[in-house]
Amino acid sequence: MSFAQLIGDWHALAVLFVAGVVPNQIWRMLGLWFGGGIDEGSELLVWVRAVATAILAGVIAQIVVEPPGALASVPDALRYGAVGAGLVVFLLTRRSIFAGVVAGEVFMLAGKWWLG
Amino acid sequence: MALPPLDSPQWQSPWRAFAWGLRSITQTILTVVLFVTYLGIGALAHDSHFSLLWALCSTLFVWAGPAQIILITTLGSGATIIQSAIAVTVSAIRLFPMVVSVLPLMRTPATKRRELFFAAHLTAVTLWVECHRFLPQVPRERRIAFVNGLGFGLVSVCLTANTVGYFLAANLTQTLGAAILLLTPLSFLFSTARNSREVADVVALALGILLYPLAAKMNSGLDILVSGLVAGTIAYGVHWWREVRA
Repeated sequence: MSFAQLIGDWHALAVLFVAGVVPNQIWRMLGLWFGGGIDEGSELLVWVRAVATAILAGVIAQIVVEPPGALASVPDALRYGAVGAGLVVFLLTRRSIFAGVVAGEVFMLAGKWWLG
Repeated sequence: MALPPLDSPQWQSPWRAFAWGLRSITQTILTVVLFVTYLGIGALAHDSHFSLLWALCSTLFVWAGPAQIILITTLGSGATIIQSAIAVTVSAIRLFPMVVSVLPLMRTPATKRRELFFAAHLTAVTLWVECHRFLPQVPRERRIAFVNGLGFGLVSVCLTANTVGYFLAANLTQTLGAAILLLTPLSFLFSTARNSREVADVVALALGILLYPLAAKMNSGLDILVSGLVAGTIAYGVHWWREVRA
């Protein structure tokens, strides 16, 4: 990997600023300036939080359903199975994030090894 | 490691308070979760053809895992800048109530707004959770320094994880590379599920996952926004319906 590849181009960094940095900092700075007058339990915030959670859920689904890079080499059933196995262990271990992640990974690696 | 008592002379220097904040990252399992999550983000950035500098800048200046994976995934799969910016903006709205609720924990009558700038920038779900846990054990006038130390420590851990993940994705065999990439959906799914205390959150998470493949079939380019808005609004409806009945 060359040095230039590690740096990338300025265009991608500009996109990061416009689509990533600004949309996040707006909310933090609004919180800094106008904090205090907002009711945390207000109905609008409940809806906003639900939509934000569902957007993140969609991205999680996108990575599993239309996987990038090396993850695409894992068969569909194995990817879905790994998430399912992780979820079962997560629920059985009283919501241990660590146990869920390990179980999902082990399922995927074992499946890959078994399929050859 | 236990923090010194509130009246200890250890708290007299703001730098000592910063150092205590920095050391506190060793006192939480969330540091491990963050490391694993950012390992995955580094690998995801590599396999979605972003540079290492780009990945590190996103961690440093965006500092919100969900926003970072939304950005990488949408831009990497060919969404326009506007579409990505909208999805990230919506995902980031939750930072607003977090900042609003966490800053009063550190404010004194003499605190100037600019002194809270870094604390506001560092606020994301992990710091928010840890502030509620640690700050009652820190004297009020040293809390900003403590939080800056804690945040600096967490950001450093994540920058390291990004770099390791990026190079692992570049050099590992395909199977192990896939395993690193799988860390992202797994860790986000379970940490979001763990933070979902209300029914609306659980419904939003489950429906958001189930509706995405349907929305993707419409091929509008706005898949994530469509499934997110529909699933989130239904989840809010469930919440509203339960409130009305209660």
